[in-house]
Amino acid sequence: MARPGRNRYTGYLLLAPGALWLAAFFVIPFYSLVSASLFDPNGSVLTGYKMTFHVANFATVIRVYHSELFRSLWYAGLATLICLVIGYVLAYAIAFKGGRWRNLLLVLVIAPFFTSFLLRTLSWKLILSDHGFVVSTLQNLHLIGSNQHLLNTWFAVVAGIVYNFLPFMVLPLYASLEKIDGRLVEAANDLYASPFTAFFKVTWPLSLPGVVAGTLLTFIPSAGDYINQTLLGSPGGRMVGNVIQSLFTTTQDYAGAGALSVILMVVIIGLVLVYIRKAGTEELI
Amino acid sequence: MSQASDGSRSLHLSQVTKEFAAFTAVKSIDLEVPHGSFFALLGPSGCGKTTTLRMVAGLETPTSGSIRIGDTDITYAKPYQRPVNTVFQSYALFPHLDIYENVAFGLRRRRSPEVDRQVKEMLELVELTSQARKKPPQLSGGQQQRVALARALINRPDVLLLDEPLGALDLKLRRAMQLELKRIQTEVGLTFIHVTHDQEEAMTMADTIAVMNAGEIEQMGAPNDLYENPKTTFVANFLGQSNLIAGKVLGPDGDFVKVDMHGVTVSIPVSRAHAAGADGWIGIRPEKVLIAAVGEEIDAPGNHLDGGIVTDVSFVGVSTQYLVRMPWGQELQVFEQNTGRRRLFAKGETVDLSWRPEYAFLLDASQDVTAGIEDD
Ligand SMILES: Nc1ncnc2c1ncn2[C@@H]1O[C@H](COP(=O)(O)OP(=O)(O)OP(=O)(O)O)[C@@H](O)[C@H]1O
Ligand SMILES: [Mg+2]
Repeated sequence: MARPGRNRYTGYLLLAPGALWLAAFFVIPFYSLVSASLFDPNGSVLTGYKMTFHVANFATVIRVYHSELFRSLWYAGLATLICLVIGYVLAYAIAFKGGRWRNLLLVLVIAPFFTSFLLRTLSWKLILSDHGFVVSTLQNLHLIGSNQHLLNTWFAVVAGIVYNFLPFMVLPLYASLEKIDGRLVEAANDLYASPFTAFFKVTWPLSLPGVVAGTLLTFIPSAGDYINQTLLGSPGGRMVGNVIQSLFTTTQDYAGAGALSVILMVVIIGLVLVYIRKAGTEELI
Repeated sequence: MSQASDGSRSLHLSQVTKEFAAFTAVKSIDLEVPHGSFFALLGPSGCGKTTTLRMVAGLETPTSGSIRIGDTDITYAKPYQRPVNTVFQSYALFPHLDIYENVAFGLRRRRSPEVDRQVKEMLELVELTSQARKKPPQLSGGQQQRVALARALINRPDVLLLDEPLGALDLKLRRAMQLELKRIQTEVGLTFIHVTHDQEEAMTMADTIAVMNAGEIEQMGAPNDLYENPKTTFVANFLGQSNLIAGKVLGPDGDFVKVDMHGVTVSIPVSRAHAAGADGWIGIRPEKVLIAAVGEEIDAPGNHLDGGIVTDVSFVGVSTQYLVRMPWGQELQVFEQNTGRRRLFAKGETVDLSWRPEYAFLLDASQDVTAGIEDD
């Protein structure tokens, strides 16, 4: 047994690096973001910003940019749902049918990460371009009209988000599916559950932690994403990320950008809390 | 289910074979398990017990052969479509459901009426009423085992499969659960197929035992038949212990067969002689062998052997176990009850051995003498 006096501070000492990290990279930026959101909106980079606790900033940005905000949530929600469906099938196949190819398949899932985000998204521009085979195939099948296109539409943006964030969905799903003991499914079959019922009564509930983690990891970054919309969307269909980006870098309206960022953050946290409560998996996370 | 225990719901396996790639796990086995009986499948690790059960449960498809319950062929029926439930070797309780819902699972799938009443009765039967709202990981091993049992039993299947359900329990709990299982089986009157590699467990619980070895059924019968009249060296060694001594068959003599055993002629009942050729293994259980001082009269008017030398004595309370070296060099095991009326023999003493002819058995010489001896 060590002397009690020595023990008392060891815990804090061990916590120190983590606490410093958090302070430097989370608390301080967070503080400066929130304070920026309360700056006097009439300030500029040249004249400097004054802290006036101007709460009205929030009302202003909501009034001006609510459609971008809703569009972001709607795109992100749709993309997350599509990711969930595709990702679940993929993760399920890898976990249960992958056999000895499992690890290779997982590497393939994350393989796109080895090229840059921008390049990957740009390549979708080619894929969905008016002369690409996707558009011509869809036109030949009369699924879209001959003068319709995919690029610069909401479809292209959602497709880009789905493509870019799919690995974030697959990996946690795989991790929780892979842990499921196959004998539980056999036990369910033995207890009169058809494969379909066994999936919904056993596999699905046991994979919920992965579903929750995957949807959060997909939804949160896609709600704030602006690259996909910039490269694949139309100028009229901006997402909140585009607005924040241009407020910060082009207009240099720090107060507005800060206020919009804080709102986005609050909305996302609110949605996440409701979602976790609904999924009933607080204890599982 | 109050149908009389007729043959209409008994389980039949005929020539069932299961091959995994190049390996044959189960080799053309035939079984008939009468409805309402407690049947034990006994055998060493890897002999194909679980595979056999899985085929009955429908979790594995036989490579050939057929499985029937009564007149219904279930060889290829889906697991969720057959009146069979399993208590898994690892329990396989659903970790996300509480005990109550685990037990109710099968009833809910079949949209059975009065789920609540049935679940409560079943929890009562396995004495887990107070644990109903706990999740499986919060229970002890013995409690989990009872949940697994209740979860299967509540469906009143025609056949209940138990795959070493007591394997994970300590000895005391194991004995208690054995009695409990037997009581429940008698009470509900279902067919139990109990897999185990514990021979004592099989003998105390089962009406019929099938001894399996390397994918085949070596012998099947009532526990005392199997013990008293084993037909193979594997069964002789795996169920209890046996002295197996090389002998040459001399010829029949009425109801007996005369066998030369290293110069001594011994007799073995014809009904217990299972040797095909001229050579055989003479088998005798250690507790059937009587031991006496040289010249002392032995209460067994039978095969008499002299010139034994005691090489080891171990006193185990109820009995004393001797190792006696015979003139031909083999050491025989002798168990003697400690009645207190006889003195113990010491190491190095010369003794006579004897046994009644009707207790001996004769096995085929082509079989491996050491088959079925558990090395532990
Ligand atoms: N899916 C499989 N693929 C290949 N071989 C298998 C498979 N399942 C079982 N086996 C083999 O079949 C043999 C019998 O296995 P089984 O599980 O039936 O043994 P067991 O008698 O239940 O043993 P234990 O007492 O250890 O549980 C073993 O040698 C095992 O390796
Ligand atoms: Mg087994």
